[in-house]
Amino acid sequence: MQKLLTWIDDRFPLTKMFEEHLSKYYAPKNFNFWYFFGSLALLVLVIQIVSGIFLTMHYKPDGATAFASVEYIMRDVPYGWLIRYMHSTGATAFFVVVYLHMFRGLMYGSYKQPRELIWLFGMLIYLVLMAEAFMGYLLPWGQMSYWGAQVIISLFGALPIIGEPLTLWIRGDFVVSDATLNRFFALHVVALPIVLLGLVVAHILALHEVGSNNPDGVEIKKNKDPVTHIPLDGIPFHPYYTVKDILGVAVFLIFFCTVLFFMPEGGGYMLEYANFIPSDPLKTPLHIAPVWYFTPFYAILRAVPDKLAGVMAMGAAIVVLFLLPWLDRCKVKSIRYRGNIFKYNLAAFVVAFIALGWLGMQQPTVLLTYMSQFFTLVYFGFFVVLYVTSKNEQTKPVPERVTQ
Amino acid sequence: MKKLLIALCMLPGMVLASSGGHLDHVAIDLSDKESLKRGAQTFVNYCLSCHGADYVRYNRIGRDLGMSDEEVTAMISTRDAKGDPSKPGELMKVAMNNDYAKTAFGTKIPGLSVIARARGADWLYTYLRTFYVDESRPTGVNNIAFPDVGMPHVLWELQGLQKAKFVTETDADGNEQKIFEGMELVVPGKMKPEEYDAYVADLVNFMVYMGEPMQMERKSLGVWVLLFLFVFTVIAYLLKKEYWKDVH
Repeated sequence: MQKLLTWIDDRFPLTKMFEEHLSKYYAPKNFNFWYFFGSLALLVLVIQIVSGIFLTMHYKPDGATAFASVEYIMRDVPYGWLIRYMHSTGATAFFVVVYLHMFRGLMYGSYKQPRELIWLFGMLIYLVLMAEAFMGYLLPWGQMSYWGAQVIISLFGALPIIGEPLTLWIRGDFVVSDATLNRFFALHVVALPIVLLGLVVAHILALHEVGSNNPDGVEIKKNKDPVTHIPLDGIPFHPYYTVKDILGVAVFLIFFCTVLFFMPEGGGYMLEYANFIPSDPLKTPLHIAPVWYFTPFYAILRAVPDKLAGVMAMGAAIVVLFLLPWLDRCKVKSIRYRGNIFKYNLAAFVVAFIALGWLGMQQPTVLLTYMSQFFTLVYFGFFVVLYVTSKNEQTKPVPERVTQ
Repeated sequence: MKKLLIALCMLPGMVLASSGGHLDHVAIDLSDKESLKRGAQTFVNYCLSCHGADYVRYNRIGRDLGMSDEEVTAMISTRDAKGDPSKPGELMKVAMNNDYAKTAFGTKIPGLSVIARARGADWLYTYLRTFYVDESRPTGVNNIAFPDVGMPHVLWELQGLQKAKFVTETDADGNEQKIFEGMELVVPGKMKPEEYDAYVADLVNFMVYMGEPMQMERKSLGVWVLLFLFVFTVIAYLLKKEYWKDVH
């Protein structure tokens, strides 16, 4: 065994990579609950890729047969229903995990110097993930697939001059059609997963270059053992965090499997009821709502009366997240040692995000539109207040070493 | 695309206007195989004449409901070119010619394989019981759950014909609205009202099964998966504790 390893190591940096990224990658020992979601996101990515491969073996990306092929998977393919529900539940799980992962970054300032690139790669992952989810949702070819895509693609039509030709170019037809389905399939199963995997590698490489942040926001590399040069507050990722993450995986799978086996439709939020009706270009469903993970941005879109301004506001809601490392000018990273303004500001942001998510699912009424507008202001207000107040924030002293 | 957005803006009004309001509740029991069998027979006898259930196989139903191939064949009402019943392994194709259907009803007739997942059991149960006489409609009947539906009242012989009672009320905005008050049986059917309700409940039960035939298996498998995961979580917890003993 040892001889084989030496043989490989002479030709490929296997041991070197294992040590660099696992057994000699020193992570802070004070990770809490919020630090499970990075590895869980990786797990869900694997679930999606593996279940996706098996779905691709039976799915037909053809306007005439796509809907039927999904039902074929559900009925005639042995355990096809299990694979399909894994994939559909996985889409929701992916966004749950990623939103919590991003929230962790907000709380502990994980996007700050020297981790700006980790944040930017992460944001790109989030962006690609949204594209991936959107295109994947077209594939079952039900009414919501069809009309959801129709509405979202039409948003590009709001852009001046290039708008209409752009929508035509995206769809490959004047309406969403077989051509659109084919190209979305190609992007969903080939192009975007490749980009996603590349970005995930970049995200992790950047993380392992600078080292992980932690709930105290202390740089553990500042306090190294003088002899071994190992951070005093660091522990090797393997085996400590691998066994801890296995526990995280086990608990996560309990939630995941509860949804998968007992409520795969997610109350109509994960598999919308209208999506069990085959797509029909001549019949618009009464209520077109995106799947839950897009609804906060959908609510922002609807909150703005002008279509172009609404599309821009929706885009800005995502772009502004990219700028976070430079909008937050406070030197202290963790919420534990930051001022009250930041805490209230972040709490308001979370409330606004959840409220917008709920509002994006509702039929718009006058009152609800006012509420959407209010929470849109709170959403953007978070970044304004952050930029203004963070420079001279009243912070508490940050300890030298991590606390338990 | 502007039109689409205008349509979207009008949606709230359309939804309020079309919401049929109250739905009657039906208890679904997929472990009641006899009910499912009765429902399957009704579905084949009546629904399948005009609607297809193109994703469902006869013998899949047979397997799930504990029927032999002979019993399944006896249930099948469609015939092939030679006049023999369709094979048990075939999909539940519609008996009617599709072009004829389009001429006769002026619209594409929806498939019913997954209709229970789209509409819900209560809606189907209400829909199949709330046809009422309306001479203004080409079929002579209208429906409470699905106003101005194109489908005739296929089960009228069993249920009989009923008249709907409406009261006109003026809402807060000053618009007059017809509110449905109740039904009055004018021509009795072969079945008593309770019998008909039970008959439709069996049919809806079957349609819920048909929408997701593996749902019982899914839940029973899920119990085992969760049991395993609970044990696994305990082991993972102990493993973590053991490894982390020396972290201070």
